[in-house]
Amino acid sequence: MSNSASFFTDFQATDLLFLGEAAGRTLGISAVSITIGTILGCIFGWALQASRWFAQATIGTVLDVFRSVPLIIQLILFYNFFPIIGWKMGPFAAGAFVLSLYTAALVANVVRGGIDAVGIPMRRAARSLGMSYWQDLRYVVWPIGLRAVFPSWVGVALSVIKDSALVSVLGYLELLRASQILITRTQEPFIILACAGAFYFALSYPLSKYSKKLEEGWTS
Amino acid sequence: MIEIKQLHKYFGALHVLQGIDLNVSKGEVLSIIGSSGSGKSTLLYCINGLEEIQQGQVVVDGTTVHDKKTDINKLRQRLGMVFQQWNSFPHLTALENVALAPKIVKKASKDQAKSIAEKQLKHVGLGDKLDVYPSALSGGQQQRLAIARALAMEPEYMLFDEATSALDPELVGEVLDTMRLLAEEGMTMICVTHEMGFARDVSDRVAYFHQGVMEEVGSPEQIFAAPQSVHTQKFLANVR
Repeated sequence: MSNSASFFTDFQATDLLFLGEAAGRTLGISAVSITIGTILGCIFGWALQASRWFAQATIGTVLDVFRSVPLIIQLILFYNFFPIIGWKMGPFAAGAFVLSLYTAALVANVVRGGIDAVGIPMRRAARSLGMSYWQDLRYVVWPIGLRAVFPSWVGVALSVIKDSALVSVLGYLELLRASQILITRTQEPFIILACAGAFYFALSYPLSKYSKKLEEGWTS
Repeated sequence: MIEIKQLHKYFGALHVLQGIDLNVSKGEVLSIIGSSGSGKSTLLYCINGLEEIQQGQVVVDGTTVHDKKTDINKLRQRLGMVFQQWNSFPHLTALENVALAPKIVKKASKDQAKSIAEKQLKHVGLGDKLDVYPSALSGGQQQRLAIARALAMEPEYMLFDEATSALDPELVGEVLDTMRLLAEEGMTMICVTHEMGFARDVSDRVAYFHQGVMEEVGSPEQIFAAPQSVHTQKFLANVR
């Protein structure tokens, strides 16, 4: 009887592949943003700690804005702002740009806390041995501070993986966007969101597991 | 030789060192005593350039410490320093703690740095703790580790900033013994200390500091038996 074309089709095995590819894009944009954001965050955090007054007035203020404005608003604002100043940026580039700065803002504070955790007496002890400022940073502040704030950094990284879902509003075909497309087609939100959730878990779990192992190695 | 000439140091409005003149010759052990806040520790920090000074100068073997042209990192290799808090590097074993500075500052090879570290750890009686992390060492052992770490740079002078003040009473002895050993070996030492026994028995000279001024300096007999200044007399009467 039904010779009319249906708008909806069932969830198929190939859809899982579609979700997998999208998960790969989520991983990609997260990895890029976390990497760039962490490098920038280390530099900003160091600057904030080293020259409190000047850096706080400049970098600190900018980072406060990035930390305080909802990510989704930042994404939409920047995505629409870039063409105005003549930058041609696709959803990936714009998303990675905003996510990186957002990550940097969070990491900068983690890094500043890490340097503070080392403390001035420890650094004076290092300098009294004839270490230069940079040797002190590299061989004393970095390893000791890193151990102190590594769990906080992992927390930031995990939240960035999840927050990358917001890049879907720019039309970037990552995990959440792919799920929405499939839901529209199959009308099976429960199965598809469960699959998407499982993919997010699969992306995050190795990081949290690996970091725990790393921490255990440090404390022994 | 360490020469301190008309040294003035301020922390904001606070005049913590008010024109200190003091010479310490090679092989000498000088103890600096005085109540808290008298500027004793600050003087040590000024000697190895960890604190800026506002007036006067500190000269170590002919090199002016606070001269902008002075390679301060190089100069500090001649001035070992031990702090009240031992500040051992928690992520490194005892051996690595001691070997780190020779390796990265003096560019010693891995094997050289290791053998220097072994030698110095044995020197301070920690020969059996080479691979132990600081968290597994007592306060006294960590302080001896800090002494070994400073000695590994083969300094000409050792500055001790209240090296035993943060220790439990039963651990003070082992650190003082190590300091005594160094004094017997002829190390030039400036010891800011609250240990009057050590100051009396080990030092060649004792200086008494009071509110940023060096009230008097002389042989231990002179200072402890016949102090000239009223402040010194009062201080010694209180600590005895």
